[in-house]
Amino acid sequence: MKLSRLGGIFLAFVGFLLLAGCHGSRGLKEFSIPEEFDTSKEYEITFWAKNDTNKTQTQIYRDAIEKFTALYPNITVNLRLYTDYGRIYSDVITNIATGTTPNICITYPDHIATYLTGDNVVVPLDKLFSDKSYGLGGSALLFDAPEISEIVPQFLSECSFKEHYYALPFMRSTEACYINKDFVEALGYTIPEQLTWDFIWEVSDAATAKDADGTYLVNGQKVMIPFIYKSTDNMMIQMLRQKKAGYSTSDGTIEIFNDTTTELLYEIAKHVENGAFSTFKISSYPGNFFNAGQCLFAIDSTAGASWIGTNAPLSDISKDSLVDFETVVLPIPQFDPAHPQMISQGPSVCLFNKADPQEVLASWLFMQYLLTDDIQIAYARTEGYVPVTKKAQDSPVYREYLSKIGTDNDAYYEVKINASELLLKHMENTFVTPVFNGSASLRDAAGQMIENVAKSVRRGETIDTAYMEKLVRDVTSLYHLDQNNSFVAGRVPLGKLPQTAVILLVVLGITWLGIITYLLREAKKRKKKL
Amino acid sequence: MKKFLAMALSLALAFTAAGCGNKDDADKKSEGVMTYAEYDAAAIESEVTIEAYVQAKQAWWEDKATIYAQDKEGAYFIYNMACSEADYKKLTTGTKIKVKGYKAEWSGEVEIIDATFEIMDGNYVAKATDVTSKLGSDDLIKYQNQFVSFTGMTVEESEDKDGNKAPFLYSVDGSGTQEGNSDLYFNVSKDGKTYTFTVESYLCDNTTDVYKTVEGLKVGDVIDMEGFLYWYNGVNPHITSVKTK
Repeated sequence: MKLSRLGGIFLAFVGFLLLAGCHGSRGLKEFSIPEEFDTSKEYEITFWAKNDTNKTQTQIYRDAIEKFTALYPNITVNLRLYTDYGRIYSDVITNIATGTTPNICITYPDHIATYLTGDNVVVPLDKLFSDKSYGLGGSALLFDAPEISEIVPQFLSECSFKEHYYALPFMRSTEACYINKDFVEALGYTIPEQLTWDFIWEVSDAATAKDADGTYLVNGQKVMIPFIYKSTDNMMIQMLRQKKAGYSTSDGTIEIFNDTTTELLYEIAKHVENGAFSTFKISSYPGNFFNAGQCLFAIDSTAGASWIGTNAPLSDISKDSLVDFETVVLPIPQFDPAHPQMISQGPSVCLFNKADPQEVLASWLFMQYLLTDDIQIAYARTEGYVPVTKKAQDSPVYREYLSKIGTDNDAYYEVKINASELLLKHMENTFVTPVFNGSASLRDAAGQMIENVAKSVRRGETIDTAYMEKLVRDVTSLYHLDQNNSFVAGRVPLGKLPQTAVILLVVLGITWLGIITYLLREAKKRKKKL
Repeated sequence: MKKFLAMALSLALAFTAAGCGNKDDADKKSEGVMTYAEYDAAAIESEVTIEAYVQAKQAWWEDKATIYAQDKEGAYFIYNMACSEADYKKLTTGTKIKVKGYKAEWSGEVEIIDATFEIMDGNYVAKATDVTSKLGSDDLIKYQNQFVSFTGMTVEESEDKDGNKAPFLYSVDGSGTQEGNSDLYFNVSKDGKTYTFTVESYLCDNTTDVYKTVEGLKVGDVIDMEGFLYWYNGVNPHITSVKTK
């Protein structure tokens, strides 16, 4: 479980490795689609996949490979499993430098933007999408792949940046607010249909009341963190979006340092001081406190729903620490409940270029296979994910799965299916942030501001204008936000040669000229002697 | 006889000197540095300054190091301490460091975060304290983060989510792989009580002896172990060596 605690550091680190890595790569020829897939040759491809420490997910990958290779016996798929995106990102960047990327990997669009600073490293998918034979739903495919119109447009558009598609969505999730209904009602509140930030702060503050012994009145325990947010980068991003405040533009202009951000940080600081709010990085997994009856509002991914609630099948705390209560799953709190806004997240799949176009085509076939109904539905069932194709979402098999909500605490775990339903109902209300080289760092910076403020408050520091100004300077420096991170697909323009390089080239030229002159003169002398 | 006497005296002198050196170094705190007792009493989120000796290095990324350190009184888990790659290489086992940071608690694990450090003169390598008899008792937490040993424990079955049984699991639910360098989880028992121990793959990856030894364990094996007494929602030792009896 604590892998993801270190994963964030990976994410920050590898971004800075990239320039060194990619600039050193030799660059591949642009991929062009072969006329026909060559079934007479053997192809071995590598798929780097991510699972949520969930055995069923790893088994689904293995089953998918087995069924796919039964259709295409000349393709071998090697699976490498990871438990966090940061590791994949790190390893891909390391392998770009050595020309040993996987063929396919699970990734985030933010990460692809970084991979794209290499030369022809990632295959643009536009032509593959529309290829009549091997494209989405193509005539030469040996399986029933979705057509482009059957992929949820919202999710597909997240894989497009700077006029090209660079990935296929694989699964989608959003964030949910998991609420201990019993405690909220015990405090005299009724959970509204749409949560607002005002409501969540008010109830959280109320839950901090203690008796003379320091025992919290709401739960009768010594520990209570009423509101815990897992991903503070998402928290800041969504708050800014809901407030229609700046974050970044699509060309990579950083807009996050604005008055709204400062106001939000002051508000958050106030509730940290009250003991009403904490974060995953400071305290631990929201679900652990939630399940122990030590938290009223846990905001975490819908893809983490199996870990949350009294009857959670993947609960991470001992049975004797579990508290019995009703869990309500709602969208994250809103500033404008009439126009809800929530992040769209979840794994996408990207395709790496190779010297042999047939190998790339073999990889593309497998990539499409991951979008077939059986795999989409099976994987979505493992967590509060939703399939990325309308075809799978509307299939009787998936509909039947949803209808069996709560019939057991495993496959049909109520909280998990409610989390999926939340996203299915709000697909139109999701958004993603602009993707550019450096967008992953900006995301980290967004969360870091909340983390720093929360820690500073807990340490008794004064949060004032001077603090905020220093925070901006620190975060800008830490995440290199003052550097030019503009998005460039393909070759990176290197600008003018440095003066030292120019001098070196001139000296080399003069030296060669001298050598040639000397040789010519010697040859002339010899000729004269003869 | 003279030769023997001279050798014996020399050896005795050498051992005494080594022993004294360790004792002096490990006990002496610089000015403004907390004793372990003071650190232990300090509130969570308070600023702390300690001196201790590196016992194991867990990870280094982007100029941040995570290490286990210990003095003669107690132990410290120092998480994401500011540290260059060059300095990280200098942090060999036993290296004395002065650390300034904040005391924090994460899932029960008391640690020092947001820390900076400097290397000091001195060296001390802690011997493992046998805490087998403390398992299951309230006393065990007093040894948190220390280099400890467990003796004569029996390997029990582990069970993944699907009910498959094995002597150990890759990842907590069996979803991991060796190639993916997953943590290893295995159950061991003593006096009728079973505990889950971990080979933490950042501390001991899939190339280490301990990782390979655990992969070779069989249910019923009686083993001795050493490791660091990490905490995650209860005791969760990070094992660094396993010997089958």
